[in-house]
Amino acid sequence: MFTQIVTFLIFFAVIGCILYGRRLIKTEKVDAVFGNPERSKGGTHWIIVGSSFLLLVWLYYSWDIAKAFYPKSANELCQVAKVNESLLGLKYQFPIVEREFKSTSIIKKENKNLLLLYNEIQNSEEINPEEKLVLSKFLNDTNKLIPLLTNENLIETKTKIKIDEITNKIKILSAKFKDPNYPNETEESKSERLKAIQEQGGWGSSGTAIENTVEVPLVPETSRGLKFDAAAKELKLINDEFFKLRNHNPQFKNNIQKIKEQIKIYRNGLEDTREVASNYAKNILKIARRIEYASIYPPTALNEMKNAIIEFDQVQKAQQGGLRYIDIFLFPAGTIVSSGPSCSEQGSGRWLPKPSDTLNKFSLMLKPSVGYKNVPLLWFEMMDVSQIFGFLLPDWIADVMPGEYPVHTKDGKIKENFKSNVLKFVTGEFKLFKIPVPVGHIWDSFLRVFLGLVFGIIIGVPLGLFMGLNRFAKGFFDPLIELYRPVPPLAWAPLIISVLGIDNTGKVFLLFMVSLSIMIISARAGASGTQLSKIHAAHSLGASKRQILRHVIFPNSLPEILTGIRVAVGMCWGTLVAAEFLAGTTGIGFVENVAKKYFQYEVIWITIFIMGMLGLLFDVTLRKIIDKTIPWRGKG
Amino acid sequence: MTDLISQDLNMIFKTPKGETVHALKDLNFTLKKGELLTVLGPSGCGKTTLLNIAAGFIKPTSGNLILNNKEIDGPGVERGMVFQQGALFEWLTVAENVNFGLRMKKKDPAETQRKVDEWLDIVGLKGFGNTPTYQLSGGMQQRVALARCLINDPDLILMDEPLGALDALTREKMQSLVLKIWKETGKTIILITHSVEEALLLGERLYVMAPRPGRIHKEYHLPFASMGLTDDLREIKKNKEFSEKREEILTMIWNMEEEIMGKDI
Repeated sequence: MFTQIVTFLIFFAVIGCILYGRRLIKTEKVDAVFGNPERSKGGTHWIIVGSSFLLLVWLYYSWDIAKAFYPKSANELCQVAKVNESLLGLKYQFPIVEREFKSTSIIKKENKNLLLLYNEIQNSEEINPEEKLVLSKFLNDTNKLIPLLTNENLIETKTKIKIDEITNKIKILSAKFKDPNYPNETEESKSERLKAIQEQGGWGSSGTAIENTVEVPLVPETSRGLKFDAAAKELKLINDEFFKLRNHNPQFKNNIQKIKEQIKIYRNGLEDTREVASNYAKNILKIARRIEYASIYPPTALNEMKNAIIEFDQVQKAQQGGLRYIDIFLFPAGTIVSSGPSCSEQGSGRWLPKPSDTLNKFSLMLKPSVGYKNVPLLWFEMMDVSQIFGFLLPDWIADVMPGEYPVHTKDGKIKENFKSNVLKFVTGEFKLFKIPVPVGHIWDSFLRVFLGLVFGIIIGVPLGLFMGLNRFAKGFFDPLIELYRPVPPLAWAPLIISVLGIDNTGKVFLLFMVSLSIMIISARAGASGTQLSKIHAAHSLGASKRQILRHVIFPNSLPEILTGIRVAVGMCWGTLVAAEFLAGTTGIGFVENVAKKYFQYEVIWITIFIMGMLGLLFDVTLRKIIDKTIPWRGKG
Repeated sequence: MTDLISQDLNMIFKTPKGETVHALKDLNFTLKKGELLTVLGPSGCGKTTLLNIAAGFIKPTSGNLILNNKEIDGPGVERGMVFQQGALFEWLTVAENVNFGLRMKKKDPAETQRKVDEWLDIVGLKGFGNTPTYQLSGGMQQRVALARCLINDPDLILMDEPLGALDALTREKMQSLVLKIWKETGKTIILITHSVEEALLLGERLYVMAPRPGRIHKEYHLPFASMGLTDDLREIKKNKEFSEKREEILTMIWNMEEEIMGKDI
C-alpha cells in the first residue's frame, strides 16, 4: 500500500516538475548565449525529478512496484517456473530451445571423440602396431553402435508404444490444462493447502529476522497458480518416465555387450607395462557407455512427442494470460526461477533489495536488542566511571607504591593492604557511578577514525610545521615519509593487523599512518607558505620566536591544516572500511563483509548507505568548522 | 633618542649562480631625530636592502648603522616597519592587529585597549576595532598597519613603499595622514617609494639612489613636506619649484634606467 502511494507520488512529482521546468524555460528571458554559467543556477524542481527518477529506478528494478501492485505475482510466477523447470528436460530433446536434436548433438560429439581417439592411437609412439590394430577394431565396433540406435526399422515396438504413451499423456495434460476447473482439487487437499499458505508468509523478507527468509512463497495461493503447480507435478512424472526409457534393441544390446567383454578381456590380458594401451581401451569403453546411456532415437521417432510438447508450451503460455505481461514489464532484468524445492528471484530483484524490505530490515537492525551479530548498530551502555579510571591509569602505579602485595595467611585468607588497594583503584575494581557510553558498529568505526585522526594531527601538525621551517627536519623526516606515504594504506593493513591485532589497536595505527602523512604534508605546506613580510612584521613588533610560531605561522597554516584534515578524514574512512573487511569483530565494514558471506543484500545496501551518510556527515561537519574557523581563507 | 648614523655601510649578496651583487656600497649618512627621509631610485638600487638592514632583518657585510648610540643588531620594537601590502594578520580583527605588539609584550590589557582606541582614532578607523581585517579595503589596511606600528612607540619608522598598492585618491589621503602623524609624533621616518611626486611631497630630505653598486646618487633638502602640513597637497603639486624638481629627478632616473638597459643590450 505504502509503496503504491509512493510510486504514484513520485510519478506525479516527476511529471509536475518537468511541466513546471518547461514552463519556466518558456517564461525566462531567453539568452542567446550558449555557455552562460548563470543558466545552471537554481532548479530545485530538477533536483526533485532527478531524485524521484533514481527512486523510481530503484522501485522498478527491485521489483517493488510488482510487489506493491501485484503481490501474488511472484507466487504465480513461481508455479510457472515450476512448470518450466519440469518441461526443460523434455524441451532439450528437441530443437525448441536448442539448435538441434539432442540425439544429433550426442552423435556429433561422440563421433568427434572417436575420431580424436583414433588419431591419438595412430600417432602414439608408446604402443606397438599390434595394439594399434586391436584398439582400432574396438573403435570401429563402437562407431557401428550408433546406426543400430538411429535406424527406424530396428526400433522395438515396445519402445514405440511407450513413446506414444508419453506423447498421449502430454496431449491429455494440454487438454486438461485448458479446463478452468483443473486440477479439481479436493476439499481435503484444499484445506491443507490453505494451512500451508498461512504458514509460508509473503513475498520478500518478513522484517522479523536479519537472516534471509524464503524469498518467494512456494505453495500456490491462486487458482491459476494451483493449475500450474498441478501441471508441473504431472509433467515431472512424465519427464521421469521418458528419461527411464532407452531405445535399446536386441542387436544393440548384443553388440555393446560384446564390446564390453572384448575390452575387458583385452585389458586383463595386457601386461602391467602396457598401461597406455590399457588406458586407450578404457577410454573407448567410456564412449561406448556414454552412447548406451544417452537418449538416442531415430530421426523421426519423436516427432509426435515434439509437437505435443510445443503444443503444451503454447497452452501454458496462453494460460499465463496477464501474468506474462507482468513478468515482462514489472520483472525487468530477470524473473522468478524454481530450482528443486524452492523458488527465488533471479536478476536485479535479487541483488537490488526492495526499498520496503530494506527499510524494514534497517529499522530492525537499529533496534539495540537485534543489531547485527549481537552488537547494536549504535546504542549506549551504562558503564561505571571506575572502568574509565582503570583504563586511563597505568597499572604500574601500584607496582611502584611502597610495601609488598598481600600474601595469603595460613588460614587461607588474604588481607588487603595499601598496595593492593591502589592496584584495585588503578585497575578499576571499584564502584563509583555509571555513565552512558556509546557502543555499536557505527560507534566503533567512528571511534577508530577519530582516534587515528587525532593521533595523526597531534604528531603530524607540529612535525609538519617544524619541517616547513627547518632544513634539517625537512631533510631528516622527508625520506621516511616519502617512503611510506606512496604505499597504498591497505598494503600496510595485513602487516599491521598481524602485528598489532585485529582489534582497535591495529586499525587505529593504520589510520594514524594514513592521517600522519597527510597532516605533515599539509602543515608543512602551510608553514612554508607563510609570507616573510608577516614574520618580519611580527619580529619588528617584538614577538619572540615562540610567539611567532604560535601567533603567526600556526594561524597562517590553519587553512592548509584544516584542508588536510578534511582530506585525511576521507582517506581514513575509506581505509577503515576496507581494513574492517580484512579482519575484525565489529564495525560497519565488518557488517558488510559478513552480510556478503550470507548473500544478505539488504544488509549490504544498508551498510553502504550508512557509510555514505557517515562520510557525508564528516565532510559537512568539517566544512562547517572550516567556514567558522578560517573565514579569511583565500582573502588574505 | 639620537640620530640614525650610517657608517661605511656595505652589503654584498652572492647569487646562487656565484655572481656577487653589490647592493649597497659605502653608504654614509646621518638622519637627525624627527626628520622624514624619502628614498627614491630605480629597481635594484638597494632601497629595500637599506630598510631591511635598518629593521635588523639582515646584517650588513661591513660597516654599521647606529641608532641610540647602539649598533643595530636584529629586529627590535624601537624600529617599527610598515610593509607594502600591509602584511596584516588576516586571522585577527583590526584591534587585535593593532595591539599585537603590546599583547606579545603582555602589557596591561586596559592600558592596551585605551591605546588601541586612541590610535584607531588617529588613523581614522574609529569603530572598526572588531572588523576582521580581510574585510577592509587596501587603504584601510594600510591605516591598520600604520597604527600597529605606531602603537609600539618606535623611535624610527621604516616604510617600504607603504602606499604603492593604493589607488590615486586613497594614496593622496594616506599621504596627508603620514604627514599628520609625522607632525604630531615627531618620529624619524624613512619612506621608500617609487613615486617621484610622493618622494617630493613627503620628504624633508630626499635621497635618489643609483644601482650597481647601490649608492646615494643625489641628496635634496625640500620644503614641500613642511608646506604640506598646512597647505593642500594638490596646491603644492602646482608649485613651480615642485614641477622643476620633479622633472629633474625623473630625468635623472630615466638616465639611470637607460644606462642599465644599455648595459644589458
